[in-house]
Amino acid sequence: MSLIRMSSPHVYKANSTANVMRLVLLATLPGITALTVFFGWGTLIQIVWAALLAVAFEAAILKLRRRPLGFYLSDGSAIVTALLLAVAIPPFAPWWVTAVGVFVAIVIAKHLYGGLGQNPFNPAMVAYALLLISFPVEMTRWTSPFVLNGEGWPVASFMDTLGAIFGSVEHIWYDSFTGATPLDELRHRGGLTTEETWRQSLVLSQGIGAWHAVSAAWFMGGIFLLYRKIITWHAPISMLLALAVCATLFYGFDPDSYADPFFHLSTGATMLAAFFIITDPVSSATSNRGRIIFGASIGVLIFIIRTWGNYPDGVAFAVLLLNLAAPFIDLYSQPRSYGHSRANKGRGGKA
Amino acid sequence: MSVDYRKITLDGLWYNNPALVQLLGLCPLLAVTASVVNALGLGIASTLVLVSSNLTVSLFRKLVPETVRLPIFVMIIASFVTAIELVMQALTYELYLILGIFIPLIVTNCAIMGRADAFAVKNPVRASVLDGLMMGVGFSVVLVLLGGLREVLGTGMLFSNMHLLFGEAARNWELTLFADYPGFLFAILPPGAFVGLGLMIALKNVIDGRIEQRRKKEQKPVELTGSKRVRVTG
Repeated sequence: MSLIRMSSPHVYKANSTANVMRLVLLATLPGITALTVFFGWGTLIQIVWAALLAVAFEAAILKLRRRPLGFYLSDGSAIVTALLLAVAIPPFAPWWVTAVGVFVAIVIAKHLYGGLGQNPFNPAMVAYALLLISFPVEMTRWTSPFVLNGEGWPVASFMDTLGAIFGSVEHIWYDSFTGATPLDELRHRGGLTTEETWRQSLVLSQGIGAWHAVSAAWFMGGIFLLYRKIITWHAPISMLLALAVCATLFYGFDPDSYADPFFHLSTGATMLAAFFIITDPVSSATSNRGRIIFGASIGVLIFIIRTWGNYPDGVAFAVLLLNLAAPFIDLYSQPRSYGHSRANKGRGGKA
Repeated sequence: MSVDYRKITLDGLWYNNPALVQLLGLCPLLAVTASVVNALGLGIASTLVLVSSNLTVSLFRKLVPETVRLPIFVMIIASFVTAIELVMQALTYELYLILGIFIPLIVTNCAIMGRADAFAVKNPVRASVLDGLMMGVGFSVVLVLLGGLREVLGTGMLFSNMHLLFGEAARNWELTLFADYPGFLFAILPPGAFVGLGLMIALKNVIDGRIEQRRKKEQKPVELTGSKRVRVTG
C-alpha cells in the first residue's frame, strides 16, 4: 500500500477554489463601495480594466504553457489578484501602470513560478512593489477624498475619470484632486510634532474620515470571510495586534513623534492587508501557530517601515519579506500530529 | 593531440556559455548591464583579460605545481586586470569612472578563473587562446543583449553615450525608440537584471529544446558534451 504525501492543511471540505474566490470577491464589495464613494469612479474603472487584462494575460500564458483554459480561468483567482492590485493603485493612475502591474502579477509572479498554488510570493504585492519602485510619481498620486475638493460627489465625472486614466485628459486637470495620503503627510512633516502636522494638514484634519471609512469597510469584508470560514483569525488578529502594540509603545513614550495606534490601524492598507492579503492560502504560513508568527511579524514590519522607512506605507514590502520566510516558519511551527508525543520541528525531525 | 576548434567555439558561444549555462561572473553581469555602453565596455575588458590569462596559464602549464596553481592563476589574472584598468584609464576615462569598482573586480570574475583551471591548464596554447576568446565573446554578447534589453525597457533609448567607448563620432548613435517614454526604473535597478537574465536563460533552454527535438526527428545522434563546469568563487 502506498500512502500519498500531501501538504497541509489536510482538511476535507466541499469548497472549490472557484467558490472561495467568489466569496472573496463578495467580501471586497464594501471596500470597493467605500473607495468609490470617497475617491470617485477611478477605483471601479481600474478594477474592470485590471480584471480584463488579468483574464487576457492568464489565457495567453495558459495557452503558452499548454494548460486547459476553461478549468484555470473559471477558478477566478486571476480576477481576485487583479482586484487586490487595482484597489491598491491610485484611482487616477494611467492605464499603462495598471497594465504593467497586472502583467507582472499574472505572468511573472504567478505563472513563471508554476501557476496557482506554486507562487512563493503574493502576486498582487509583487506587482505593487514593482510599480511603486518603478513609477514613484504615478504611484504616490492618490486622490484626495472628495470632501476636500469643495464640491459634492463624485470627485470627477465618470467620463472625465475614464479620460484621465486612458490618457485623453492632461495631468494638470486631475492634479487638482490629488494629494498626499494621511500616511504621506505624517511621514513628510518636516520636523513638526504629530499634533502640529494634524492641525496643518487638510487631509489629516478633515479628510481622515474617508480613510477610516474605507478601513472599516475592508474590516467588514474581513469579518464576513471569517464568518464563512474562508480565512482563520490567526494571521489578521496577530498582525493587527502586533501593529497596535508597537504603535502604542512608541506613542505612549513619545506622542509628539509617533502616530497613535488607531491611526495606524485605520489608515493606509492595514485592514486590506490583514484580511485580504496576508490570508492568501498559497504564500503565507500554513499552520495556525505559523500564521500567528507570520501575521505578527508583518505587523511589526509594517510599523517599522512606516515609521523609519523610505516609503509611507510598508505593507507590500512587509508581506513580501514574510512570504520569503513562510517556508521557514512552517518548518518550525508544525503542530503535533496525533499519536506523537512531540511535534516534528525543524530539519532534524523525521518526515 | 588533435584539438576540436569548432567545438571550443560552439561551447564558448552557446552550449557552455559562461553567463547563460555556467552562470559565472554574475556580479558584473547583473551590476553593469544597465546600458549597452557599460556592458560592451566591461565585456571587452573581460574578454581581453580572459584571452591573455588563458594564454599565459597555458604557456606555463607544465611549470605550475598542482598544489599552488590557484594563487598563481590569481596573480596572473590580477596583473592583466591591472594592465587593462590602466589602458581603460588612458583611453576611455569617462567609461572607466562609470564602471568604477567593476573593472578591478574582473579579478574575481569566476568565469576567468574557471577557464584557467578547467581548460587552459590542460590544453595547448592555441586551443586555450581560442577558448578564452570564445568564452569572452559569449560572455560579452550576453552582457550586451542584457544591457540593450534593460536600456530599452528602462529609458526607451538604445546606444546612448556610445561616445564614451568609440569617441566623438559615436555621439549621435543614440536611438530613441519610444518618444515620450515615461521610463521604467525597475529595468535599470538590479532586480530587473535578475529577471532579464532569467528570461534569457529560459529562451536559451527553449531553443535548446527545439534543437534537441529536431535532432531526435532526424535520428542522427550527435555527441554533445560540455567541458567541465567549475565554480571557483561566488
